[in-house]
Amino acid sequence: MSDAALEVEELHAGYGDVAVLRGVSLSVAAGAITCIIGSNGAGKTTLLRAVSGLVSARAGRVRAAGQDLTNAGPEAMVRAGVVHVPEGRRLFAAMSVRDNLLMGAYLRRDQAAIRRDLERVYETFPRLAERRHQDASTLSGGEQQMCAIGRGIMADPRVLMIDELSLGLAPAAVDLLMDALRAINAAGVAILLVEQDVMAALDVAHAGYILDRGSVVGAGSSAALAADPMIREAYLGAVQA
Amino acid sequence: MSGLRDWALLVLGVAVLAALPMVADNYTLRLGTVFCMYAALALSWNVIGGFAGYPSFATAAFFGLGAYTCAILQSAGWPMLPALAAGGALAGLFAAAVGGAILHLRGHYFAIASLALAEVLRELATKLEWLTGGGMGLNLPVPAMELHAQAAFFLHLMLGVAALAGAATLLLRGSRLGFALRCIQQNEDAAGMLGVDTRRAKTLAFAISAIFPGLAGGAYASWTHYIEPPDVFDVLLSVKPLVMVLLGGLGTVFGPVVGAGLLLLFEEAVWRSFLTLHAAVLGVIIVVLVLFLPNGLMDATRRLLGRRGRGAA
Repeated sequence: MSDAALEVEELHAGYGDVAVLRGVSLSVAAGAITCIIGSNGAGKTTLLRAVSGLVSARAGRVRAAGQDLTNAGPEAMVRAGVVHVPEGRRLFAAMSVRDNLLMGAYLRRDQAAIRRDLERVYETFPRLAERRHQDASTLSGGEQQMCAIGRGIMADPRVLMIDELSLGLAPAAVDLLMDALRAINAAGVAILLVEQDVMAALDVAHAGYILDRGSVVGAGSSAALAADPMIREAYLGAVQA
Repeated sequence: MSGLRDWALLVLGVAVLAALPMVADNYTLRLGTVFCMYAALALSWNVIGGFAGYPSFATAAFFGLGAYTCAILQSAGWPMLPALAAGGALAGLFAAAVGGAILHLRGHYFAIASLALAEVLRELATKLEWLTGGGMGLNLPVPAMELHAQAAFFLHLMLGVAALAGAATLLLRGSRLGFALRCIQQNEDAAGMLGVDTRRAKTLAFAISAIFPGLAGGAYASWTHYIEPPDVFDVLLSVKPLVMVLLGGLGTVFGPVVGAGLLLLFEEAVWRSFLTLHAAVLGVIIVVLVLFLPNGLMDATRRLLGRRGRGAA
């Protein structure tokens, strides 16, 4: 795909002696939602960490915004518009919701644009507006995820990478967040979603990749993936009954 | 604005202490000088330990480095103030250089590594006799002033160091760097993901936390006219700032100053009765603080007043 917002080529990464990614290639189309599906230990989180520069790549390439950003470090990735919403939210617990959101705009200087984006986040997540002066630690799980995504949006991303959006959240909160993802995407932000809830992921995404033991073992439009009997058996087995 | 109020408090405090020589005797001036020194050390520790959340035990290293730099340069004929400034600058540069090597360590590991700095420097100061006089120590020129004028002069000198440390804290709090440090303290990984150059921010914080102890060490050396390695690289110089900040309130602006005053009171009131046990008493204070007042006395007082206020309403 030529209009890719983010491209990963033959990426290898790991921790110490353990190789986690063994040559992963994928591309996130501009303006689309792309999901990564895989069982525990498949390397989904490591993939996001390697793309955003938190784990160094041992081989391969990461390209975004027309630049080669392999191992350029987290700051360069954020500047290039690739923003990581980490697993487990990782909010600044003792800071207010508003300060958490503003922290997302750490590298930006245009105060007017920052204020505009803050209002946009509050419109997308009215709950955050109600709780803007509360400490982040007082939020519910769903609200914390809203805050983490809002913080990501405050960085003015071209690609938002979200790790385990639904982990530990109530179904109603997940629905709300998925709607928010659609709205964010409709505003022109490409999304790379790592999600253990395969049904929900294929439902919201346009395309998907299947990751297994550090390699891509399947890819396609989410409709095609959802219809693939092999995938239905491996990842959607429980819902056939 | 609370910012304006805090600057006013700082100016007021400095003015009161600066006027002390007009009314007080030399003993009180000596206490005032020690108070300013403690305040400078505690405010500095608060930058790396409170704002950034890195429990440093390197204060003694910076203090001793500043003291020796200032003493050696004065022996070589430099005037006091430039020698003092050089000590502060060298301590800052030393912290920046070493910080690159040890600031990737977290928690206990960082604490141990920072503790080793003072020990290494103390060994160096003991071994490099041609430069430092080794275990014999170094004598500094005694200023030609009568005693009260001398006491007043060194109070003002140390007060200047403390005031600079206070001003730096106030500036830092409202700055981008201060914001970044607060985020690092709460979640370093997340700060990194948002584009904070955590390495640079931590190194800067460590360097800032070294400059004022370096200056204070130089002022101390000039004040006492004599330094030796066990004196200026004393491990208690690393422990006390931490105790003072825990006493007053971690990561606050005036907590460290309040803590400095409280520790000095403790020392004056309790120390002489427990001369041989004072390290143990310090240990007990730390344990009690961590168990019962994790956010310091300032916070406890505020909460107490708040509760009482609400109860009355």
